[in-house]
Formats: sequence, C-alpha cells, structure tokens
Amino acid sequence: MVHWTAEEKQLIAGLWGKVNVEECGAEALARLLIVYPWTQRFFSSFGNLSSPTAIIGNPKVRAHGKKVLTSFGEAVKNLDNIKATYSKLSELHCEKLHVDPENFRLLGDILIIVLASHFAKDFTPACQFAWQKLVGVVAHALARKYH
Amino acid sequence: MLTADDKKLIQQVCERSSGHLEQFGTEALERMFMTYPQTKTYFPHFDLQHGSDQIRSHGKKVATALANAAKNLDNLSQALSELSNLHAYSLRVDPVNFKLLSQCFQVVLAVHLGKDYTPEVHAAFDKFLSAVASVLAEKYR
Repeated sequence: MVHWTAEEKQLIAGLWGKVNVEECGAEALARLLIVYPWTQRFFSSFGNLSSPTAIIGNPKVRAHGKKVLTSFGEAVKNLDNIKATYSKLSELHCEKLHVDPENFRLLGDILIIVLASHFAKDFTPACQFAWQKLVGVVAHALARKYH
Repeated sequence: MLTADDKKLIQQVCERSSGHLEQFGTEALERMFMTYPQTKTYFPHFDLQHGSDQIRSHGKKVATALANAAKNLDNLSQALSELSNLHAYSLRVDPVNFKLLSQCFQVVLAVHLGKDYTPEVHAAFDKFLSAVASVLAEKYR
C-alpha cells in the first residue's frame, strides 16, 4: 500500500478542489495527442486529428478527456486504495483497449504540465512532488492487471 | 525531427527566457531534486538546500547551455560536442535522468508562461529537450 503523508494528501486534495475537470481533462488529452502523435493510434474513430487546432477543437477528444480526468478523481478520493479502485479499468485497458502502459506515464507527465500552466506559482515544488507521485501510482495501478 | 515551426517556437521561448536563465535553471533543478530524489545521488558534493549558491550556479550553467543549444538547432551534435564528451566519459549520468530534468524544465516554463505554454510550444520544446538528451547520450557507448 502506498504511504501518503498528511501534507501530500492536503496538497493533492487542495489542488484537486480547484481543478476544472472538463477543461483540464480535455487539455491534457489534446496535449497527449499533439506532443506524442503516435498516441493517436488509439483514437482512429475520433475523426479529425490532423492538426493541433483540429485536436483541441475535436468534441470527442474533449469528451474523452473529461471522462479520463473524472476517473482520475476516483484516485484522489481513494488515495489509500488506488490499486482496488483501478482493478477493473486495468483489465479493460489490457484486454479490450490494448494500451501500452507507457501511455499512462506519458499522460501523467502531461497532466502535471497542464496543472503547472494553470496554477503557476501555486504549483510549488512540493505540490509537483505529491502530484508526480500520484500520477505514478495511478499509472502503476492501471498496469497492474496486465497479462 | 524539428520542423521549421518548432525551431521558431523554441527560439521564441528562449528569447523570452533570456533574462531568467539563472532563475529558471535553479527552479528546474530544485524541482528535480524534490520530485525525483534519486537525482540527488549525482550531487553528493553539493549543498542541496533551497537557495544554495551551488544549485543557483549550476542551474544557470545548465540553462545557459540549453539557450546556446537553441541557437544551434541545425547543428546540435557539434554545438553540444564538449558537453556530450563530458557526460559520456566523466559525469556518466544515466540517460533516464535527462527525461526527468526535461519534465522539470517544462514545468518551470508552464508555471512562468501559463497559457503561452501552448500545446504547440509544449510539443516543440519536448522535442528540443529530447534531441538535446539524445546528443548528450550519443557517446555513451
């Protein structure tokens, strides 16, 4: 089980309370598809992904980004039980979606940059530490049921 | 592969950062040491406390080298040749750490540029730091 200090929990919950999940989720997914274009391989049914402008404006990208970050909120609510929280999603990503777990790490790093750009100085080094730890734990939990 | 647009964006970012090299370099290092404690193993001889002169001076050195690389995007291998030798034969920093420092530099830019760290700028800069990392690791073996 992952150990979280009281300070880490506070830094995570405190920031999460101010996050616009729809906006940040859409932005994080869009940036993933723009910065690491090979990730578009999972989204051939999403329509026009031909340019950064197309990706950012794509309604399916926005909707899916919101869905992904909403799910991330479950981790924030269940910091002491992230493994169990993502057990079914882990199986899904392996068996049905066939997503290489490296992509979870890429998206995690992108989310950090999105948070940094939105919260600026409030995204302190201590805050970054707690959030990088969280995205790492989530990525690990999502990869855990792979076989 | 850096496109012409990428190069323009990278140079613009470096222009904007030119008065803040020490500040950005210092902050990137501090974030790296805090977020990825294993990176401290390369600096047993440093005072790693917040505000340390050694971190400040080293941060400035690293940021200056990156700014210089940004002025030589068509010739990174040559521009970084000395640093490449240094990292391969003397420092021998494991290349995974270049990605960690890259993440921290990008966080610093995102913090300071906010919305101006657009997805296009983000992509260009990520590619740039990745290219620098490749050159630094070029002579490792």
